[in-house]
Amino acid sequence: MKTADATLAPGTAEGTKEHLWREFVSQFLSSKLAVAGLIMLVLFLVLAIFAPWIAPQNPYDIASLDIFESKLPPGTVSTSGSMVYWLGTDGQARDILSAILYGMRISLLVGFVSVTVGFIIGAAAGLIAAYFGGRVDTILMRIVDLQLSFPSILVALILLAVLGKGVDKVIYALIAVQWAYFARAARGAAIVERNREYVEAARCLSLSWPRILWRHIFPNCVPPLMVIVTIDLAHAISLEAVLSFLGVGVPPTEPSLGMLISNGFQYMMSGMYWISFFPGIALALLVIAINLVGDHLRDILNPRNTI
Amino acid sequence: MVLSAIIRRLLQTVLVVLVMSALVFIGLYMIGDPVNMLASPEATQAQRELIRQSLGLNLPLWEQYFIFLSKAVHLDFGNSFLTGEPAMHLILQRMPATLELATVAMFLSMVLGIPLGIYAGLKPDSLAARSIMGGSVLGFSLPNFWVGLMLIMLFAVTLGWVPAGGRGPVVSFGPIQLSILTWAGLKSIVLPASTIAVAKCALIIRVTRAATRECLPLDYIKFARAKGLSERRVLGVHLLKNILIPIITIGGLEYGQVFAFAVVTETVFSWPGMGKLLIDSIVNLDRPVVVAYLMLAVVFLAFLNLAVDIAYTILDPRVRLGGQA
Repeated sequence: MKTADATLAPGTAEGTKEHLWREFVSQFLSSKLAVAGLIMLVLFLVLAIFAPWIAPQNPYDIASLDIFESKLPPGTVSTSGSMVYWLGTDGQARDILSAILYGMRISLLVGFVSVTVGFIIGAAAGLIAAYFGGRVDTILMRIVDLQLSFPSILVALILLAVLGKGVDKVIYALIAVQWAYFARAARGAAIVERNREYVEAARCLSLSWPRILWRHIFPNCVPPLMVIVTIDLAHAISLEAVLSFLGVGVPPTEPSLGMLISNGFQYMMSGMYWISFFPGIALALLVIAINLVGDHLRDILNPRNTI
Repeated sequence: MVLSAIIRRLLQTVLVVLVMSALVFIGLYMIGDPVNMLASPEATQAQRELIRQSLGLNLPLWEQYFIFLSKAVHLDFGNSFLTGEPAMHLILQRMPATLELATVAMFLSMVLGIPLGIYAGLKPDSLAARSIMGGSVLGFSLPNFWVGLMLIMLFAVTLGWVPAGGRGPVVSFGPIQLSILTWAGLKSIVLPASTIAVAKCALIIRVTRAATRECLPLDYIKFARAKGLSERRVLGVHLLKNILIPIITIGGLEYGQVFAFAVVTETVFSWPGMGKLLIDSIVNLDRPVVVAYLMLAVVFLAFLNLAVDIAYTILDPRVRLGGQA
């Protein structure tokens, strides 16, 4: 943020904060792709949260499903004439559009909860490792390194094999996978901050270490961590889809997007593409939207890392 | 000096393998009671106790772990609950299929990704470069298993050009069976390998582009150009040699990822590899096979990391293992 530095000198702390925030917003708006991604993401969130009121059908209500209306191609009008299956129906006569809206709820829920909890655990571990250094740092980071040297999908698969199926179990597995990424990123950011003068000043005031970490160091680590959080949200949502597709994730009664794609797999060979195709498009758009936002955030907040 | 560093790194790797083996052992052997799986439901308490003793489950934990380790060294992980064959044997049988798939996929993504990445780095503002970068975001955003399904839909179901799944006929090449040596086998591997390559290629493109942009303004490139060398030689020799370092590092680590993610691709394409075996074994609660797979994966990945580190040192003399500059 070169321009910010030039104009930073005068002004109160409050004024500077507001200025930086405005600077950030204007930089973010400079990329049309990122703005499009953000709009898409907000749209998906609204659709998912209000799915029960928007969706033409409640796909979990088995009584409302008519088995004779299963596997209908997109655009078919239901026999009662009350609704149009815009994206067709699946093997259990669920309206695909409604199933996608409800599935998105599960996918986003799993993604947001696991990233939030994983971030809290990981960031705490990373900050503590960076602040105390020495043996604490070595032990914590060895654990992180050990975990990160194995692909996340294997770690998650094994945890789920032990824990069993269920939305909550998937969330636990994803937290266990993700905390290490956050811990490493938080440590990297905090180690730079640790030796700054304001930390020394805070120490001289004999503030307690949780207060120094939380009120002084953490806020300065937020920008680089925001990038990791965004990218990881996309990662969590895809990983959940993969696990559900493999049959170790969410139960069939609460289908996420991955589960819906998996359900359509068996029908695909007979040419019924829509059962897998549309949930896949929804999942892809969701992940792309998040990645577009994350990509641009990285350009703004962390210009050194260009990969 | 390099040798002592390599030995130290090797010891570290062995330590990692040991720690992971303990975790796998505690995680999978201690949860659930194998006696319940083996004993008939009407077995008496005494019969159960007998089974427990014959399995060595009455021994203290550390002793069980020690027995597990000493057997593991001989690749003995017990027999599959399902087929009765030794678990390691089942896995080793499936390994060539997975390695073949992973190798072909990595080869495809390197062959496509490096030239595209160099191009995107040379002319970052051109329309073509921007489409390449846009395509790469798409490449790793699209859910990979879904890409596989759509490829099956298009090329196998609708067009009928290639089979939808399976490995096709294999040719024995020594003890290893390969499918890329026959036309039908080649047709079978194209879809699964391309599915993996879609995601990996995107990554290789990004890494190559970043490295190219970093190297391009450096003096040795300017000098090579000033010497009047052809653009082909400047890019093909001088640039390529230097950008290869990050590409090999990422490529090597990604090979491990491909190996692990084969679980997904193999399920989609019913490719008879280790990944498919792992999922089937998890679903069927076939514990010996799961443990054997995990131990093999632990060893494989740990040594892959080691190999990448060593290759890095050889390629880039500035990097020394153990940090002595």
